[in-house]
Amino acid sequence: MSNTIIKVENLSKRYRIGLQEKKADTLAQQLWTNFKAPIENFKRIKSLGKFEEESDSVHWALKNVSFEVKQGEVLGIIGKNGAGKSTLLKILSKITEPTSGRIEMNGRVAALLEVGTGFHPELTGRENIYMNGTILGMTKKEIDRKLDEIINFSGVEKYVDTPVKFYSSGMRVRLGFSVAAHLEPEILIIDEVLAVGDYEFQQKCLGKMEDVSQKEGRTVLFVSHNMDAISNLCKKSILLNSGALEYIDNTEYVLRKYLALDLNSSNTYIDKSNNEFSKISRIIINTSDPNGFHNYGKELVIEFYIKSIDEIPNATLSFQLIDEKNRAIMHCWLFQSDYFFCNDDGVYKAICKIKSPKLYMGKYFLTAHFGEGKGGKKYQTLEKVCSFEIHMHGIKREFDWAPYACTYLEDFNWYVEKLD
Amino acid sequence: MNKTIIEPSKGWKVVDFDELWRYKDLLYFLTVRGIKARYAQSILGVGWAIIQPLFTTLVFTVVFGGLAKVDSDGMPYILFSYLALWPWNYFSGTLSESANSLVANAGMITKVYFPRLILPLAAIFSKLLDFIISFVVLLILLIYFKVVPGLGIIWLPLLLIQLLMTSLGIGMILSAMAVQYRDIKYALTFIIQLLLYGAPVVYSTTAVPEQYQFLYSLNPMVGVIEGIRAMFLNRPIPWDWIWPGSIVAIIFFVFGLFYFRRMEKVFADVA
Repeated sequence: MSNTIIKVENLSKRYRIGLQEKKADTLAQQLWTNFKAPIENFKRIKSLGKFEEESDSVHWALKNVSFEVKQGEVLGIIGKNGAGKSTLLKILSKITEPTSGRIEMNGRVAALLEVGTGFHPELTGRENIYMNGTILGMTKKEIDRKLDEIINFSGVEKYVDTPVKFYSSGMRVRLGFSVAAHLEPEILIIDEVLAVGDYEFQQKCLGKMEDVSQKEGRTVLFVSHNMDAISNLCKKSILLNSGALEYIDNTEYVLRKYLALDLNSSNTYIDKSNNEFSKISRIIINTSDPNGFHNYGKELVIEFYIKSIDEIPNATLSFQLIDEKNRAIMHCWLFQSDYFFCNDDGVYKAICKIKSPKLYMGKYFLTAHFGEGKGGKKYQTLEKVCSFEIHMHGIKREFDWAPYACTYLEDFNWYVEKLD
Repeated sequence: MNKTIIEPSKGWKVVDFDELWRYKDLLYFLTVRGIKARYAQSILGVGWAIIQPLFTTLVFTVVFGGLAKVDSDGMPYILFSYLALWPWNYFSGTLSESANSLVANAGMITKVYFPRLILPLAAIFSKLLDFIISFVVLLILLIYFKVVPGLGIIWLPLLLIQLLMTSLGIGMILSAMAVQYRDIKYALTFIIQLLLYGAPVVYSTTAVPEQYQFLYSLNPMVGVIEGIRAMFLNRPIPWDWIWPGSIVAIIFFVFGLFYFRRMEKVFADVA
C-alpha cells in the first residue's frame, strides 16, 4: 500500500490587486487629491489583508485546488506565469496562509523557493552556510555534521572563509544549493531554482534531486519552466491554469496539454493588424494531409508572404521549427544577397521546400524572424504562430512508433555480416 | 513522523513556544549576523558602541548641565546623564532596529517559513553587545568618580527585564505594523527623539509637577532610568516611580506577543 503523504483539499487563495487610480482633470482637483491622499492610502493599505466583499480588486490566485501526492513521488507543477504555481508552493511551505481549504502533510517539509536565503554579503561562506541552513530549519548540530560535505559539494572550498560579497553570483548559487541539497526532509518543495547557475552545476543538482527521490524515497514537488527537467524527473505532473487545477496525470500527457493551452494550432498565420510597416503578412504550412497533419518524410512546403513598404537593406527572413519541449529543431533562412526580395516596395512570396524532413512524430511550431540581417534592425519575431503535426501512418515497423522516442529520425542503413 | 496541517487561521493565538525553541539556532545566527554586519568594514568596529553614548553624554553635560544648569539631584552631571543614556540608547536602538526588522528582511519572509518572531528578537539580542560594552564604560566612570553602588543593585536584573519587555513589546507591535504601513519607519526616527524628553534622561524627575507624576511614571523607561540611577548611586530605590511602568511594560509585552502572532499571517502577502 502506498501511503498518501500530501493531501490538498479545496485550496483557495485570494489576493487584493491594485486598481487604477482616478485621474484628476484640473490642477485644483489634483491638489485636492494630493491633500486627501493619506486617507485614501490608509484605506487602500488597510484593505490589503481584508476582504469584506467581492470586488474587482480581488484576485483568486488559487481556486479549489485538490490533489494528493504519494510517498516517494516526484510531482511536477506546470503552468504559465500567473497560473498559481508560486502561490501553491508558498502555501505548502507555510509562507502564506490559504484563504480556505486544508493541507495535510506527513513529514518534515523543506521548501526551496530561492537559493541562499538569508545570505549576508559581509559574512564568510562558512558563516552563511550556518545562516542559510538554520533558516531552512536545520539545527547547528546537523550543519556541524554535514559541513564538510556541503563545502565539498559546492566546490568553493578555497573561498569558504572569504566574505560572500567577493563571490561571483555563480559561486553564491552553488553554495546556496549545496546547503539545500543537504537538507533531509521527507518532503522537498522546489521552485524554479535550477534556472540559475551554469549547465554543469545544473546537471549536478538534477542528479542530486534524482538521488533524493529515487534512492532515498523522498517526496518532491517541483516547479520549473525547463520541460526537459520536468519530464526527466517527474513521472506525474499537475497543470495549473488561472488558479485552477486542469490536469493531474502522467507528465508527458500533462506537458502536451500545457503546450497546447493557447498556442495557435492552425497551420496558417495571417497578420490582422492595420499598421503600415514592412512585415510578414501571411505564413502557410502546406502539409501532406489536411488539418495540419504531415506524413513523416514527405516534402514540406512553407509559404511566406512579405509586404515591403520600402527597400529593406540586407532583408533577411528565417524561421525555426520548435518542438513541444520548446527546443528549436531546425533553422532555415533566406538572405537578400542570395535571392532578390524586399529590395523595393511590394508584396513578395517566398516558398521554402524541405525535401524530406527528418522530424519525428509529434507537434511542431513555427517561429519566424524578419529583419535587416546582421547588425540591422529586427522587424518581427513571430513566436510559434503556426503549427503542424507529424504522424507515422503508413510507415511500417515491427514495433509501434512510440511518441517522444526521439525528435529527429534519420534514414539509416545497416550492414550486417556474420563473422566466424 | 510529524504531521503538518495547513489551514486558514482565525482570531488571536498564543505564540508557539515549542516551535520558537526549535529555531533557537536561527535566533543565534541572526543575532551574530546582526552584530557582525553592523561593524563590518569599519575601522573602530565595536568602538562605536563606546564613542556614541560617551559623546552624547559629553554634549548633554555641556548643554544641559553646564549652559542650562539643569538640576541633576546633586550628582555629577556626566554620571547623571550617562546612567540614563545607558538604558536609553539600548531602548531607542532596539526600538528602531526591531521595528525595521521585518521590512529589512522582507526577502526572507517571502521565501522561507520560520517563526517571524525570531526577527525582532534577533534585532534586540544583537544590540545587547553594545549594551554590555557601554556598561563597561559605566564601570570606568563609577571608578573615576569613586562611586560605590549600594545593595539595591541586586534589583538591577528586574529593571533590565522591564527594559527588555518594553523594547520587545513595542518592537513587536511596530514591526508588525511597519510591514503594512511604511510610515512607521519615518515616524519612528523623530518619535524616538521626542520620547527622549518624555523620560528623565537630561533632567531629573524632581522637575515633574506633582499632579503629573503618576501619569509620567506610566512610561516604563521612567522607572528604568530612575531605578538604575538610584541603584548605582546608592540611594533608596524609588519604587513609586517604577511599579506603574512595570505594569505598562507587561501589558506592552503581552499585547505585542498576541498582536504579532495575529498579524503574522499577512506578512508574506503585504511585505
